[in-house]
This record gives sequence, structure tokens and C-alpha cells, in this order.
Amino acid sequence: MLSGISMGQYIPGDSLLHRLDPRTKIIAVLAIAVSIIIFSNWQSFLLIALLTLVALFVSRLPLAVILGSLKSLWLLLLITFLLQAFLTPGTPVIAHGPLQVSQEGIIAATGIVLRLALLILIAFLPTLTTPPIRLTAGLESIMSPLQRVGVPAHELAMMMTLALRFIPTLLQEAEIVISAQRSRGAGFTTGSPVKWAKSLLPLFVPLFAGALRRADDLAMAMECRCYRGGANRTRMSVLKLNTEDYVVICVALASLAGVIALRLI
Amino acid sequence: MLGGAFLTMSAIIEIDRLTHIYSPGTPFQIAALDSISLDIKKGVFLAIIGSTGSGKSTLIRHFNGLLRPTSGKVRVCGIDTADKKQRRNLWRSVGLVFQQPEQQLFEETVLADVAFGPRNMGLAEAEVKERAHEALRLVGINPQEAARMSPFHLSGGMRRKAAIAGVLALKPQVLILDEPTAGLDPQGKQQLMQHVENFRRREDATIILVTHDMEEVALLAEQVAVLNQGRLVMVGPPREIFSRVEELMAIGLDLPAAARLMHQLRLLGKRIRPGVLTADEAEEVIAGLLEEALC
Repeated sequence: MLSGISMGQYIPGDSLLHRLDPRTKIIAVLAIAVSIIIFSNWQSFLLIALLTLVALFVSRLPLAVILGSLKSLWLLLLITFLLQAFLTPGTPVIAHGPLQVSQEGIIAATGIVLRLALLILIAFLPTLTTPPIRLTAGLESIMSPLQRVGVPAHELAMMMTLALRFIPTLLQEAEIVISAQRSRGAGFTTGSPVKWAKSLLPLFVPLFAGALRRADDLAMAMECRCYRGGANRTRMSVLKLNTEDYVVICVALASLAGVIALRLI
Repeated sequence: MLGGAFLTMSAIIEIDRLTHIYSPGTPFQIAALDSISLDIKKGVFLAIIGSTGSGKSTLIRHFNGLLRPTSGKVRVCGIDTADKKQRRNLWRSVGLVFQQPEQQLFEETVLADVAFGPRNMGLAEAEVKERAHEALRLVGINPQEAARMSPFHLSGGMRRKAAIAGVLALKPQVLILDEPTAGLDPQGKQQLMQHVENFRRREDATIILVTHDMEEVALLAEQVAVLNQGRLVMVGPPREIFSRVEELMAIGLDLPAAARLMHQLRLLGKRIRPGVLTADEAEEVIAGLLEEALC
């Protein structure tokens, strides 16, 4: 029941996408995401869709996983489609009392759903093909220039790493606590809102107690190994951009430039 | 075939070719249990042993309906656990004590936490209180004090006892314990297993114990089931199981200290009767050997 939260989880592999530097993936995905948001004609749509399909193909991720990322957000897609279809004024196609679906509505809805679907597909790629630790190392590296203006890049990245690290642990713990309380007859779903909130206490009290205990232990373990964040800290694996990375970044930036150009023409 | 040894009319848990696969159809697919057949007789004390990851915890989660077989059948107290409605009610007759159960305490007082289960059963308040008190006394906690104690201010051993009392208060026909003594001191271990034994005698309950402690198995179990990589590889009384030394070692399991000593003596060429499991029996055998040597 909690497995839905693990969507976008890293899937080990050895494809070009897996080998790329995390910074490359973050920059490329940002560029493509911006293109998806701003494109305004079908030529640029085709360009970006083609690029996304190539990226998906190159990632060699199982089709089930790729569709899974869409499936986890199907409700969002559906609601977006319906809202657009019903609320856009224009030539009515289907009319039923005050409700009407216009031709323009259907076109707009299809457009926006395609846009969203592309966005979802491309946004999941970095997390699907990069171990979380590498991803945060990449983020830290990208943010490091901001350190001069007082952004604690290392600390932020470390917090993100730790949070990511503990999501599976806490999920597992939640499943155990749910199972254990169910074994004593706890129901987590029924009753009025107040009753429902109260029924969650047997889950949340142990979960929070456990999380606090874990945080304490972790802080102690880090102290014991003389952890000091920030200045003068070196890494075991240093990120390095290869030819592949430069090529990918160029392609992504070129498409962004193309989309902007097509929009301006 | 393996379960045939104690297949009788009064099996309280019947497992027929149970297979369980985690996250089927995804890259994370794992077959945790592979075609397990076993019948557990009413009132028996069964120990389940196996190295880490052998499927013990997955197996016992099928007994109170937390997990559903991917294929095969599990019948508990005559109820097929594939039946969703029935499965939801299995907790009333099958009590499951999880690993480190003390981490699941949540109420303000120990007494209230122990009363959580009986209250969920829909019993009258007087009966709830009665059961909580009884369960607390069974594990050696004074109910009057328990009404004032916060579970978060107790020692680890006490918290463990309180958590186990929370399951005993359900008065289950089958009590399942997943490594209940892990991390306790020797005295605490002994006490805890004594409490379990007392509960068993009083309620005529079936006990299923998952453990890595072979001494406990030798001392308490009437039947032992051995799991390895999701398969049931041996079933039988402890004396029989612990005489299959090579097979146990091959799957990473140990022997009780006395049995290990006897095994080493046998390797030295001494002739020793099979089935020596406890310190007392070993003492007898060694006394016999010494006498022989002196003659």
C-alpha cells in the first residue's frame, strides 16, 4: 500500500544515461523542461517529443517503469484534461445543460496533457537513472557558486542526501508498525475525521519516536567520525564531465534555443 | 511430504504449497517463499529456524493474514486466508509479536497500551481491564504500577515485556513470536520464555517461535521447521533435526552448545549416543566417558 511513494526510485543499469554526470542530467532536464513549458507550435512539440523518446530509449529502462511514472500521476492528467475540456469556451461539440465541451477545449486539453506527460516522463529520468547520492552530489556542485552569496550548498545537499537515504527506511518502519498495530486490531481507515485522526496515533507515535531515535544515532555516528560539513571537505568520487556529457548538454541547450527561436518567429 | 510427519486431524495451521513473491512483475521481484507445505498441530510448540533472509518473517506474516499467498493455500483455524473478510479478523485468534515489539508502544501508560488490543476486540470495559491486568501479571509487571508508567521511560527489557503483554491480552489461540529474546540479557531471555511457556500452559495455546537462539530451540521446542532460501528443508523434533549436523552447517545454522560439543567429541572418535541437546545430558555423557577412561 505504501509502494506508490517509491515512484521514481533509482533503477540500476549501465546505459549512456546511467553513465552521464549527474550535473549533465540535471542541466539537460532543466533545459528540456523549460522547452516543454514554453513551446508554442507543433514543430517544437515534435522536436521535444522526439528528444524525450530518444532519451527514454537510450536509458534502456523497462517499459513498465516508464509507464509506471505516468500511471502514478494519471489522476492529475485526467483532472487537467477534464478541466481544460469543460472550461474552455468555444464551438460546442457536446453540450448537456450548463456543461459543454468545446472543440477548442478538446484541442487545448490534449495539448496540455501531452505537455504534462512529456514533463513527467523527462522529470523522472534523472532519479530513475542516478543513485540519490550522486544526484545530490551533482546538485551540490551546481549550487556551489551560490555559496559566495551565503547559500549553504553543502549543508543543503547533505540534508537532501540524508532525507533521501531515510525514505525507504521510514517506509519500511511504517509498514512494520502498521502490520504490528493491525495485529492488535487497529483500523486505519474508518470513521469520522476526528476518529480517523485518532486512529492514526498508534502509527505516528512509534514512527516519530523511531525517527527521532534514528536522527540521534546518526548524529552521534557522524560526530564519532569527525564529520564537519562545508569548507575544505573533499569527496571520495570526484565528478568529472566527459565528452558524452558535453554532447548531451549541447543537444539539450540547442533544443531549448530552437524552441525559443520557433516561438519568436 | 515434509509435513506428513505430523499431519493429523487437529492441525490448527495448514500450509499447502505456499509461494510468496514480493513486488511481482517489477525489477524488484523476489521469491521469498517457495512451495512450502506444512501442518502445525494444535497446542504444539514449533520453532522456525533459518539464516537471515530465509523467509521466516514472511512465512509467519501469512499466519495472521497480514500477507496473502501469491499461490498455494494457508488455512488458519479452518479459515482460508485468501478470504479477505475472514483474513481481517484473524488477529483475534492469531497473536503476532513482531521483532523489537517495544518500538510499537504508543499509549501514555503501559496499561493503556496493553489494553489497546482487547479494546479493539469490542469487549466490555471491565473485561478489557481484566485482560490487560492478567497479561501484565503474566509477564511480571504490576498492573497498578503499569497504570502510572509511561512506556517511554522504561528499560528496554521492561518495554519488551509490556509489548508482549499487549499481544497476550488478546488471548490468541496461536501465539507467534519473531525473535522475542533478541538483545535481552540471559536472565531476561529465560524469564521471557518462561512467561511464554506459562501462557501456553494456561491457555492451551499453540506457540510458533522464530529464533536464532538454538539453546531456546533445544530447550523448548517440540517441533522444528528449518527454512533455507524460501524453502522448507527439514521438519521434525529437535533431537532429530540437531543430529543432521552437516546439513545444518551447510545452510549456515549452528547447533546448541551441548550438541556442538558432542559433535566435536564424535569427530575425535568417541562413541556418543545421538540426540544430546542440553547441558544436563552432556554432563551425563561426559561423566560416562571419564569413567570409561579411568577403567
